[in-house]
Amino acid sequence: MTAMIAMIRKDLILYLNDKRALMLNLLMPIVLAAFFGSLFGGSGSGNNSKIEIGLVQQDSSAIGRKIGDALKADANLTVQEMSQEEAQDKVRAGKLMVAVVIPAGFGDAAGQSLFQSGGKPELPVFYDPSQSTVLAMVKGLLTQHVMEGVTRDVIGGGASGAKFTDDSLKRLEASPASEEKEALVSLLGSLKKFQEHEAAKPAKEPSGGGMQVPFTTKDEALSSGPKYNAYAHAFAGMGVQFILFMGIDLGIGILLARRMGIWNRLLAAPITMSQVLLSRALSGAMIAAGLMTAIFFAAMLMFKVEVTNLLGFALVVVAFALMTATFGLLIAAFGKTPEAARGLAVFATLILVMLGGAWVPTFIFPAWMQQLTVVVPTRWAVDGLDAMTWRGLGMDVALKTAGVQVAFALLFGSLAIWRFRAQTR
Amino acid sequence: MLSVSGLSKSYGERRAVDGVSFQVQRGQTVGLLGPNGAGKSTTVSMICGLIKPDAGSVTLDGEAVVPGASAAKQKLGLVPQDLALYEELPAIENLKLFGALYGLKGAALNKRAEEVLALVGLSDRAKDKPSTFSGGMKRRLNIAAALLHDPQLLILDEPTVGVDPQSRNAIFDTLEALKAQGRSLIYTSHYMEEVERLADHIVIIDHGKVLADAPPAELYRRLPAQAALQVELAGTDILPAELLVASLAGLPGVAGVRRDGVSLDISLHGTAHAAPVLRWLDEQGHTLAHFATARTKLEDIFLSLTGRTLRD
Repeated sequence: MTAMIAMIRKDLILYLNDKRALMLNLLMPIVLAAFFGSLFGGSGSGNNSKIEIGLVQQDSSAIGRKIGDALKADANLTVQEMSQEEAQDKVRAGKLMVAVVIPAGFGDAAGQSLFQSGGKPELPVFYDPSQSTVLAMVKGLLTQHVMEGVTRDVIGGGASGAKFTDDSLKRLEASPASEEKEALVSLLGSLKKFQEHEAAKPAKEPSGGGMQVPFTTKDEALSSGPKYNAYAHAFAGMGVQFILFMGIDLGIGILLARRMGIWNRLLAAPITMSQVLLSRALSGAMIAAGLMTAIFFAAMLMFKVEVTNLLGFALVVVAFALMTATFGLLIAAFGKTPEAARGLAVFATLILVMLGGAWVPTFIFPAWMQQLTVVVPTRWAVDGLDAMTWRGLGMDVALKTAGVQVAFALLFGSLAIWRFRAQTR
Repeated sequence: MLSVSGLSKSYGERRAVDGVSFQVQRGQTVGLLGPNGAGKSTTVSMICGLIKPDAGSVTLDGEAVVPGASAAKQKLGLVPQDLALYEELPAIENLKLFGALYGLKGAALNKRAEEVLALVGLSDRAKDKPSTFSGGMKRRLNIAAALLHDPQLLILDEPTVGVDPQSRNAIFDTLEALKAQGRSLIYTSHYMEEVERLADHIVIIDHGKVLADAPPAELYRRLPAQAALQVELAGTDILPAELLVASLAGLPGVAGVRRDGVSLDISLHGTAHAAPVLRWLDEQGHTLAHFATARTKLEDIFLSLTGRTLRD
């Protein structure tokens, strides 16, 4: 026990004495998590989810103006009005994701196309090819506002609506007789009466008529924890990534100790190899747990991240710390030289953190990949930390995610000890 | 004290150590010599319980030395060839760590760490990191780290590699002090003069086998020549070269003659034979530009046994 305590003490002194490495291990995940957190919605209190679009308003008709006004009033959009050239330049330069042009005559053409078949007016939309998801969202909102704007004017008694109805009736009457003609004449006749009735109303309110989207959504964020905070996930992801990098350093340190003869000096003492490895794993786990705690402490202070289940959080952190330490042992056991092992280990770690959802949440992954990544140990670390922070889940989830990580730690540790023993034979 | 019996170790098809046996008595210093790849390091690793032999055994005072927590390791100290120190850990902390590995703790550990630092002359640098030390100071600390637990047998693997003459002398003072305390040492080195100065028994290994295991005096006795006479002639050819070499080889006490231009390297059965040889050359009319006598060196013994020099 004296020997193990001494070896753990030595590792902690060496780590804490290296102030530059310590600061990097702490600062880098915090800086990157702050960046990723703000990118994915921050703490959920601001309006960072608004989409900025450009509007080229070339149509001065009543319908065209109404569509433009509706876009400007949409809570999901921030609309900048500009010329077509400016809009194209900004989209090309990546300064705007989408720009919408309402061309001259669009309102009238759209209104007429409600009653007649044939070509429909075009609504040019410029978009950055890297923002196709945003394009789909903007097109959805555009459809809503065009439908509402056009039908409100046509059905709701606007001057242009009455003119469209008259023109359409004239065209119908000039056409050959048919069953459809009779029905359409009757429908347009009823519409004309409705328009005249609406137009005759005194002090008309600004538009109650027209076709409306037949529902509104009632948005309710559901989690057992506090309000969603993107920083919680970002800190979990970046913490996992950089602490795994520390685990790589642990493994490389063992390889260097072997190269320098320190390993032989340790094993020349009356202690077993398992004791040497266990003490290194324990010191590595202590450092990893300390780092993760410090990183989340910074997240709580700076970004209002809440740890909703302190005991569960501690359990997940300790399990992850053990997994990190044994991951380091595994690198040392299977690495041939420090140089070669570092390159391979960094690559493996980046794959692990990417598939584990450390960069972007796993729900963004395709379904098959979400299924596949349950075999990735980092996935359990990130999910566990998410569960104990913004998701606010209970001890059952903490035990499950920590348990899987401990199982991985046992697997890594056993493989490392087996390999080290084989090398001394 | 230490008994190495029939040690063998193979790596795949290659037999690194092949039936090595020797003894180290209490208070004895054994020089373990062999060229690179002879099997020295593997033998040392098995003696220290770092690797498991395929066959044979190592016992220290009757207790087997095996990998793991073998109690016999408590009596054994290893000074590795590499500077096996934590460069960024203060010297005193390095020593406390290596002492704790042998069960030392508390005040006893602190006291012992200060003692060994004083022994190697580094008391004033106790709190400094080895990364700030000179090569010689690091070597001395490397030795100190093996002395914390007061081992009865100290194994030193090339302990003076890369140090300046002054530091080498300081290291030798330390080793001679340890020897005077009655400690047993196993010393491997490429420097023959170091082994000659320190060892009272020599084991020569090559191709994994023990070629010689005897005190230095006995090894010298086994050589056909115990002294050498180097002569440089003034350049006047009184006798033809072949006749000169043959005539010299026929003189009493001459074991062999090698000629390289005007230089002659004459092996003698003893230094007493040098004067008659010089007289004979003078009588034959040769003028000597220079001459010198030398005792046969350990290097010659090594060469005669292995057919190659130690640094090959």
